[in-house]
Amino acid sequence: MASSSMQDALSTERTALREQGGVTDGTLAANVTPSTPAKPADVRPERITSRDPEAYPAVTGREEEWRFTPVDRLRVLLDGAPSAAQLQWKTELPAGVELREVAAGDPLLDRVPVPVDRLSALAVTRAGGAVVVSVPAEAQLDEPVVLHLHGSGEQDVVWGHVVLDLGAFSRSTVVLEYSGDARYAASVSVLVGDSARADVVSVQEWDRTAVHAGHTGIRVGRDAHLRAIDVTLGGDVVRLVKTVEYAGPGGDAELFGLYFADAAQHLEHRLFIDHAVPNCRSRVTYKGALQGDSARTVWVGDVLIRAEATGTDTYELNRNLLLTPEARADSVPNLEIETGEITGAGHASATGRFDDEQLFYLQARGIPADEARRMVVRGFFADILQEIGVPALEERLLGAVEAELARVAL
Amino acid sequence: MSTLEIRDLHVTVEADGAPREILRGVDLTVRSGETHAIMGPNGSGKSTLAYSVAGHPKYTVTQGTVTLDGEDVLAMTVDERARAGLFLAMQYPVEVPGVSVSNFLRSAATAVRGEAPKLRLWVKEQKEAMARLEMDPAFSERSVNEGFSGGEKKRHEILQLELLKPKIAILDETDSGLDVDALRVVSEGVNRVRSSGETGTLLITHYTRILRYIQPDFVHVFVAGRIVEEGGKELADELEANGYAKYGGDAAAVPAGPLVGGVLPGAGGAGS
Repeated sequence: MASSSMQDALSTERTALREQGGVTDGTLAANVTPSTPAKPADVRPERITSRDPEAYPAVTGREEEWRFTPVDRLRVLLDGAPSAAQLQWKTELPAGVELREVAAGDPLLDRVPVPVDRLSALAVTRAGGAVVVSVPAEAQLDEPVVLHLHGSGEQDVVWGHVVLDLGAFSRSTVVLEYSGDARYAASVSVLVGDSARADVVSVQEWDRTAVHAGHTGIRVGRDAHLRAIDVTLGGDVVRLVKTVEYAGPGGDAELFGLYFADAAQHLEHRLFIDHAVPNCRSRVTYKGALQGDSARTVWVGDVLIRAEATGTDTYELNRNLLLTPEARADSVPNLEIETGEITGAGHASATGRFDDEQLFYLQARGIPADEARRMVVRGFFADILQEIGVPALEERLLGAVEAELARVAL
Repeated sequence: MSTLEIRDLHVTVEADGAPREILRGVDLTVRSGETHAIMGPNGSGKSTLAYSVAGHPKYTVTQGTVTLDGEDVLAMTVDERARAGLFLAMQYPVEVPGVSVSNFLRSAATAVRGEAPKLRLWVKEQKEAMARLEMDPAFSERSVNEGFSGGEKKRHEILQLELLKPKIAILDETDSGLDVDALRVVSEGVNRVRSSGETGTLLITHYTRILRYIQPDFVHVFVAGRIVEEGGKELADELEANGYAKYGGDAAAVPAGPLVGGVLPGAGGAGS
């Protein structure tokens, strides 16, 4: 579908698409006519990336990337006081998988994706090293690698850095599970080797008092295929930034997310996919449900297609289901395109209230109201749950979603 | 033997912040084995009658009674009414993304029968019912009403009717939007249910076309929120010939407003 005429039309311009709230759908494909060049003010400010926390200005909450966040509830993390507090680790490592600790200054840590904000820079600095989980090149794992991290309620911040080093031509599933109570600031680095296939699942099942913020930096190797799945159910405030970069052409990144916010919870997912090499693909599908007073979710999906990233194919989608009227979901897809020679680029975002007509239809067939609501919400998440591809995990997550539904009488 | 009794039913809907009366004193009795056709011009309140009996929250009953075998239907929730034996085949069935037809049907059968049907028997029962309605077995894995054609939606409604075997079935404009083939298949489904003698049928329609396939025992002409004339099936023939002009035609309709039939098509899935 790549079109050279499109390149002429678009190559000298930077097109920015920003949408917010309600329903938005945008598709830019071969027949697109570029909009007028964005005014400089509309163009995203240069992203700062640095391992040094002091390279970033102090966070006030007024910045574009913090304006949705209740920074006061994250303040203890942003203050950045050193701490030796730890989470309790429980791991399941299939044969051949290695877990080791490396100290600050280890050469591996120079190779991982660079932090993208003050908080993630603080995390890698304060962590002072990293836990590295390695899947050897060409290993074909039948069982998932499971890293279970549990907080026992310490008030001190836990600083963490986890590196997943998934070797070339390997095939693996890694599940990170978070539970308990903690103030946790962490960086997760995911290195997907050339032609590797990896599923990385991150399940936030914290107690309702926990605070978790951090950055997952993913680098997708040449012809590698990564699927990353965020499942965020627990926590008081959870703010996860996920970035994807491509180390070579042919990379494929599929990002899925499922979140469920209850009263007073703030669950935020921010994605940035940086298409800087040709012929890579990205797909984003995040779905959230909200119920209860002040339940709040934020989804920001940024995709940048740089001039050199010809043949890019990208699509992102976010859907939110408001089960109660007091909940609020922000959804901000943002697509910047610097080349016209792409295969496709689009996004869709919709936030809707629970549909009483669906409820009526099911009830009119004898199904009690609470069961009918469960069926509708389960149906809303069904496609994401089916994508996970780890049957045991799928069932457990479905159970967790059911528990969320049962938590508040609908 | 079951009896649905509607007495002096008055119903309002909220329109522009004020209640507006749509039904203005409806009297109707439907017994097992009987087939009643309610015919009337657009906007006369036929669908409101159907949805009020089923318990749609949009409608407020301000006067009158509805009983099923003496039980107060108006005191029941929507799902209680269905479990008591009422069934409404909708003109615009609602999409429920991510909920498969098979899951939906089994959940409904479990609720209405009071226990989960035995899986093996159920699979057979569902398969046979679908075959009778000339439905592809793959249909059962699709999401409820999502992407269904008009004909598929109506077959799916009648499939539920056959599986749930209600005491009283209300069919709201089941004939609308059907080609001749689909109308035949759907009508045969309704006739199978009628032939059991255990279901009373209330057929709501604007046109007489479906009455050539489903012979009514009684025809009621519905104008401006009440029944204005009653008779046998010869009344339908007269309407076929002369339309509703005698009753004031469409001019006799309740003023245009947010009637169910006009509103539900837009009710899509939330965030789907």
